[in-house]
Amino acid sequence: MSHTNRDYALLGRDAKLAEEIGLVSAQWYHTDLPRKVMKELMQRSDRPAIRDTIILFGVMIASASMGIWLWPSWWSAPFWLVYGVLYGSAMDSRWHECGHGTAFKTRWMNDALYQIACFCMMRNPVTWRWSHTRHHTDTIIVGHDPEIIAMRPAVVARLILNFFGIFELWGNAKTTLQLIAGYMPETTKSFVPEPERKRAFLVARIWGLSYLATLALALWMQSILPLMLVGLPILFGSWHMVMTGYMQHLGLAENVLDHRLNSRTVYMNRISRFIYWNMNFHVEHHMFPMVPWHALPRMHELVKHDMPPAHPSILSAYREIIPTLIRQFRNPDWFVKRQLPPTAQPYRAEYHGDLEPGAPTPGIAGYDNALRPVAAE
Amino acid sequence: MPWIAACSADDIDNEDLIRWDHGGRSYAIYRSPDDDYFCTDGFCTHEAIHLADGLVMDYVVECPKHNGQFDYRNGEAVRLPACKNLATYQTRIENGQVEILIG
Repeated sequence: MSHTNRDYALLGRDAKLAEEIGLVSAQWYHTDLPRKVMKELMQRSDRPAIRDTIILFGVMIASASMGIWLWPSWWSAPFWLVYGVLYGSAMDSRWHECGHGTAFKTRWMNDALYQIACFCMMRNPVTWRWSHTRHHTDTIIVGHDPEIIAMRPAVVARLILNFFGIFELWGNAKTTLQLIAGYMPETTKSFVPEPERKRAFLVARIWGLSYLATLALALWMQSILPLMLVGLPILFGSWHMVMTGYMQHLGLAENVLDHRLNSRTVYMNRISRFIYWNMNFHVEHHMFPMVPWHALPRMHELVKHDMPPAHPSILSAYREIIPTLIRQFRNPDWFVKRQLPPTAQPYRAEYHGDLEPGAPTPGIAGYDNALRPVAAE
Repeated sequence: MPWIAACSADDIDNEDLIRWDHGGRSYAIYRSPDDDYFCTDGFCTHEAIHLADGLVMDYVVECPKHNGQFDYRNGEAVRLPACKNLATYQTRIENGQVEILIG
């Protein structure tokens, strides 16, 4: 039985309440690090990103070439799977890091890869930049964070279909068509400033022509091959983005101001870290978003005394996430509150660190008092 | 308009900044790669994040939260999401002290 009715809509009921109780644009907990160390960690470098970008585009060109050469035989399938995961997942992490401006030292390189990654993911570079800015201001604050991917209780069919890129492609295609038509929903306007909106429309129109040209080529060739290169890889290559993306915040606290309570760091294999560009160090990334991807492993070593222990594997993270999502069907206020090591600063009440799993969440107005859950189950 | 002694010139590393609070307001004082000193308002104009935790790269300071960037010599916002310029204040060095002209 659901005890609450959470309103995740931007500009909705819980958005107003979160603002009233100081959860919006708030001060967040940070681990203390000496200024000299922080400066060193924030330094930009071109070399790691150039190396990874050469590998990324090299493997994409090689796998696509093999896919085309063996097309339409099923022998081409493994090559499309490689191309797809780089197009539909690695481009997500490149979009992310370049959006932060931390991928390269040289600005034009950063901006160029950002545009390419946005094109692959069919994400408007203007609206998504501002959406992610809001995600970092109000991380997992109900009614303010536009990038909460699993509501409480979760919609299981949606979580599963996400692995096949259905909503990513459909949602982004729909948004692109809206922007081509010069329409921006009020919820999007709430985080995209007025002077930026015209640029969003312009980019959508340029991209619309590019997607249309790809579609026209496919029709002319009487083949889906052009769409295997542009567009369709979102469907068969987003699974890695979704698998890693779910680990970022699912099952953790909402409406708190301490990233140790709402974000998750997970150790994983080198290939996944290449695809994900080290975003498995997600608590660290949210706490210090201007530390580049290549410095996050070093940062992790410096702050792990103040963090919940990192999950040792992807499997370990899912062993925590799945039972929590199931329990949230009975009690949407349930979440995992991970234990801190003795060396850590404790969770503090001013950052809502006193919130206990199962207790009513601050900033949620939809409680039915007759069904109000007790603090601990 | 008074010149106010804010800090010792040596308190700020080369190509770095510090926070300075005075009269209920917060400022950022910078030392450029050429050892010139500059002063701006302390908080990013995009959101109320203090720039003192940000990175100085040549003549640009970066907000530590969202990557908004400003030229600290004239306060100009040079990278989104910062759209509005920072207020700037005159500085001078007197007897090894950085002094700020507060209007």
